[in-house]
Amino acid sequence: MSSTEHDVGGAEPQTDWESVQGSPEFTDLRRRLRVFVFPMTALFLLWYLLYVLLADYAHGFMSTKLAGNINVGLVFGLLQFVSTFVITGLYVRYANRKLDPVSDEIRARIEGEPGK
Amino acid sequence: MTLAAGVEGSNSTLNIIIFLVFVAITLVIVFRASRNTKTASDYYAAGRAFTGPQNGIAISGDYLSAASFLGIAGAIAVNGYDGFLYSIGFLVAWLVALLLVAELLRNTGKFTMGDVLAFRMKQTPVRAAAAISTLVVSFFYLLAQMAGAGGLVNLLLGIEGEAGQDVVIAVVGVIMIVYVLIGGMKGTTWVQIIKAALLIVGAFAMTLWVLGKYGFNLSSLFQAAVDKGGKGGAALLDPGKQYGKTGTTKLDFLSLGIALVLGTAGLPHVLMRFYTVPTAKDARRSVVWAIVLIGVFYLFTLVLGYGAGALVGPDKISKAPGTTNAAAPLLALELGGPVLLGFISAVAFATILAVVAGLTITASASFAHDVYASVLKKGQVSTGGEVRVARITALVIGALAIAGGILAKSQNVAFLVALAFAVAASANLPTILYSLFWKRFNTQGALWSIYGGLVVTIVLIVFSPAVSGKPVDAKTGKSASMIQGVDFHWFPLDNPGLVSIPAAFLLGWLGTVLSKERNAKKYAEMEVRALTGAGAEKAVTH
Repeated sequence: MSSTEHDVGGAEPQTDWESVQGSPEFTDLRRRLRVFVFPMTALFLLWYLLYVLLADYAHGFMSTKLAGNINVGLVFGLLQFVSTFVITGLYVRYANRKLDPVSDEIRARIEGEPGK
Repeated sequence: MTLAAGVEGSNSTLNIIIFLVFVAITLVIVFRASRNTKTASDYYAAGRAFTGPQNGIAISGDYLSAASFLGIAGAIAVNGYDGFLYSIGFLVAWLVALLLVAELLRNTGKFTMGDVLAFRMKQTPVRAAAAISTLVVSFFYLLAQMAGAGGLVNLLLGIEGEAGQDVVIAVVGVIMIVYVLIGGMKGTTWVQIIKAALLIVGAFAMTLWVLGKYGFNLSSLFQAAVDKGGKGGAALLDPGKQYGKTGTTKLDFLSLGIALVLGTAGLPHVLMRFYTVPTAKDARRSVVWAIVLIGVFYLFTLVLGYGAGALVGPDKISKAPGTTNAAAPLLALELGGPVLLGFISAVAFATILAVVAGLTITASASFAHDVYASVLKKGQVSTGGEVRVARITALVIGALAIAGGILAKSQNVAFLVALAFAVAASANLPTILYSLFWKRFNTQGALWSIYGGLVVTIVLIVFSPAVSGKPVDAKTGKSASMIQGVDFHWFPLDNPGLVSIPAAFLLGWLGTVLSKERNAKKYAEMEVRALTGAGAEKAVTH
């Protein structure tokens, strides 16, 4: 049986991870992360799937010309680029404001106070 | 005339000179970068000392392979809108990496995907499984790049005949091995940064040039592409030209779309790049840079593709050596003459070189770190010994890539890349996501999702029409399948993602609940580390 040594060093070995995991601060951090990334993932996957299905099965609709040779399909495709950039921006802002301060604090506590 | 097989009007001497200048400059940089490469962390992860923006540029250099530059531009030129769909899948995929994988992975691992999966599982079986799937994905991707190199040679350097192409594939392989052996991850990263900069600047210049010709009016550019397209021209702007023929091809397109969007965050050479930065926050920054650069680049390819359609014409592209892959180089020739063609050709070669180097270092790290050090030696190995094994492995993989590239040079590059994405999305992504987010997940679940995903994907591909049984094309007298003259396919789709990805998620769940193993303690440690970065590997200071 191989040892269960993990490769990531640095933290004090006597840290009680389960009590950190159960602490209100950490529960709050986990909630903040999941409440953003899970719905956002569902949203962009559905939005992408809608696009793929329309391009796949709704040729008539996607070929509708809007202005000159610019059709619905092209606009939809470009909107996928826009949504990707926007979601990236939203996540970075959210992470900087709502996640990093909490995680920095918990990390400082773990690395500074072994055994706590 | 020696240039008969090359692009007419191309100057192969000039192309070769520009390429050699690139190789010379990058080799100098790789030698300089290698001075500080001593420990395993230096060799595999460049001492974790790259900044977010640097790593982001390197990621885009790693990701924008020849398949996406030449392949997508060509697909748009000939198939119009359907070619555009590829780039959207390739881009949106990065949100999976950004939101779910990059930061947590950086915080919990050291060098490889195996590090993360093995965190709270039984080390030996899980690392072996992770290494096998890493090697399989890397090998398919490597074959695709090497096969692409063979085709490019024919197209750009006008080197005719089997022997000539084989020599060039071997030269590309040897240069790549030198980069990896000497420079390690740091040298490889610099090659990718330089290549990404050249590629994006080159594509940007050509995009402006094309748009300038049409008064910066996208609609007139499309009109010109439609006019030049002749009979099939009008269909270029609408979806369905390539995939809309039958119910099966439509389903195949859906399957491809799913594999593309879920594959990226499971590609081992992409995952490994997240370890080259000092913190999770830098990993986040690097993905942001990568998303912006990759997104902007794909917008360029949209213009370049229709530009090639308008200025060169689908007829001429289809008849050129290398067919659709020739669209971007032919456009360069049309716009800027032999000098621009030489530049774009050199960039295309540099692209292959950089991607191949990134894949090789990933595969060798996975073997040395997961298989040799952890499985065979049970962790009882000096870092010097591990790095030596990694270097030997890189040499072996390089030799295999050369041999494979020579054998696979007639294979369809896009098909091989799609295969790598399908395996990554099926075998790797479900396991990574379960491992990071699901408390109950355990060793048996990880093994079932990796091996299950791998086996289902490969079996479905072997019995797909991509391998055998496509109807013979009356014009060329050949079937579009890999193997001619036999038909043993029973799975209707070229791309297995639609079945294999849900199957792997299901197997991972089933394997987990059928096993009694639970390890709440290790999960607590993993989750706290993943979210806070406590105890994560720090940058090396020299």
